[in-house]
Amino acid sequence: MKPFGYVRAASVEEATEAFAAHPGARYLGGGTNLVDLMKLGVERPAVLVDVSRLPLDVVEELPDGSLRVGAAVRNSDLAAHPMARDRYPALSQALLAGASGQLRNAATTGGNLLQRTRCPYFQDVSKPCNKREPGSGCGARDGVHRDHAVLGHSERCVATHPSDMAVALAALDARVELYGEQGARSVPAAAFHRLPGQHPERDTEIRPGELITSVVLPAATAGLPSAYRKARDRASYAFALASVAVVLRVSDGVVAHAGIAFGALAHRPWRAQRAEEALLGGPATPDAFARAVDLELAAAEPLRDNGYKVPLARNIAVDVLTRLAPAAAT
Amino acid sequence: MGSDIHDSEAGGGPSAPPDEHRSTTTLRVNGKPHTLVVDHRRALLDVLREDLDLTGAKKGCDHGQCGACTVLLDGRRVNSCLQLAVALDGSEVTTIEGLAGDGEELHPLQRAFLDRDAFQCGYCTPGQICSALGALDEAAAGHPSHVTAPAAPSGRPVPLDADEIRERLSGNLCRCGAYPRIVEAVEDVVR
Repeated sequence: MKPFGYVRAASVEEATEAFAAHPGARYLGGGTNLVDLMKLGVERPAVLVDVSRLPLDVVEELPDGSLRVGAAVRNSDLAAHPMARDRYPALSQALLAGASGQLRNAATTGGNLLQRTRCPYFQDVSKPCNKREPGSGCGARDGVHRDHAVLGHSERCVATHPSDMAVALAALDARVELYGEQGARSVPAAAFHRLPGQHPERDTEIRPGELITSVVLPAATAGLPSAYRKARDRASYAFALASVAVVLRVSDGVVAHAGIAFGALAHRPWRAQRAEEALLGGPATPDAFARAVDLELAAAEPLRDNGYKVPLARNIAVDVLTRLAPAAAT
Repeated sequence: MGSDIHDSEAGGGPSAPPDEHRSTTTLRVNGKPHTLVVDHRRALLDVLREDLDLTGAKKGCDHGQCGACTVLLDGRRVNSCLQLAVALDGSEVTTIEGLAGDGEELHPLQRAFLDRDAFQCGYCTPGQICSALGALDEAAAGHPSHVTAPAAPSGRPVPLDADEIRERLSGNLCRCGAYPRIVEAVEDVVR
């Protein structure tokens, strides 16, 4: 590992100033992904700006009924928080489907969003990877890519985003709050991560030096029936092969609200807008769910060895929608 | 108890990194304070094993995937291989060496692992036991797991059956395959 400097920030402003003052800086949260990548030589920061002790470790209800989750809240604490569990079940379930008890105790909300792909070519500095080293090529496109993207990939990159939590946030219409040199701003969670296009080195819409300060879950989806389902190679402690978060409200047998997002299919959580539009105002039946999900997944372009992901994603999505429908009826 | 000040590896010799790459950090390990000058690259696991001679926590994968290095940090289980010591200034660390009382009396989890023969080579055992201890506290504090029924009431202790134990200990690998006995040992302590 390359030697590096270390600065502990006492406030958000101090953190962003320290970042700006040190070329090659990285923010350190729980470190569960960053420290690993430093050991692998993928990340080589000159300075770590430690933001893990900033006063951003609070979950609080805002006056409008939304829920603000500080960026330093640990994944295990958020998953167990009564307001997260009771109002946004898909969020709690997604967090608990990820990693291990030890990792969830260390990993933060902000860090979870900024974790990097687990593509083996990205993690191996002896292999070509346009995300790690732009212009070096993509080893996965014609290599080992069983776990890779089937939607929205590009010639340059077929990696997937590994987060479970981010998939639930996308389906729940959460927003990501950021603070940087130009002040505070917020972006929808579903638009926070990017598709790779020509620049797979950029995972998200975050600007250089910007810090995630919190994630806000809206009042509009609070208390709506929601669920997260994850398909993986082991019963526990494995990244998703495909996953889905669903938020559903049914009124008089008709779908009144549908939020659907897929994980492990693309470079970002894949908000299934086509499926949602197809469902709105229509019947909440298994046939209607299957037609809507098929419409969404018609855009899939599987690689040589990952075509299995399309029916897998379809089946878990239709099953979750069907199981949620009775509870979603008002 | 006096504070024990010494240099971490690479802190003293000719290969010592410049000052901007080292810091002083104080850790309280198994109740005893230690002030160390650490290279920023130093993981908690290496401080424990190489600087403090606490070799109970094991280096398995060194990437947070096997759980052999599990310790309790401020009472919560973590992978010590992924924790940078410099970031832990002022923290409380409990390792397997700190579980037993002052005398020869073992912690009930240690006793149960012996009684159930819950290991073969033993390499993963310290991590399994520290992880189990953390998991018991989490369940008592009402933390759900992936297999807890979503309808279970929030904020209440979660009863631990074999499924819960398997899920909550899934971050600890045992390549000898002692899993059935490990689950039984933890069940013994839950009862």
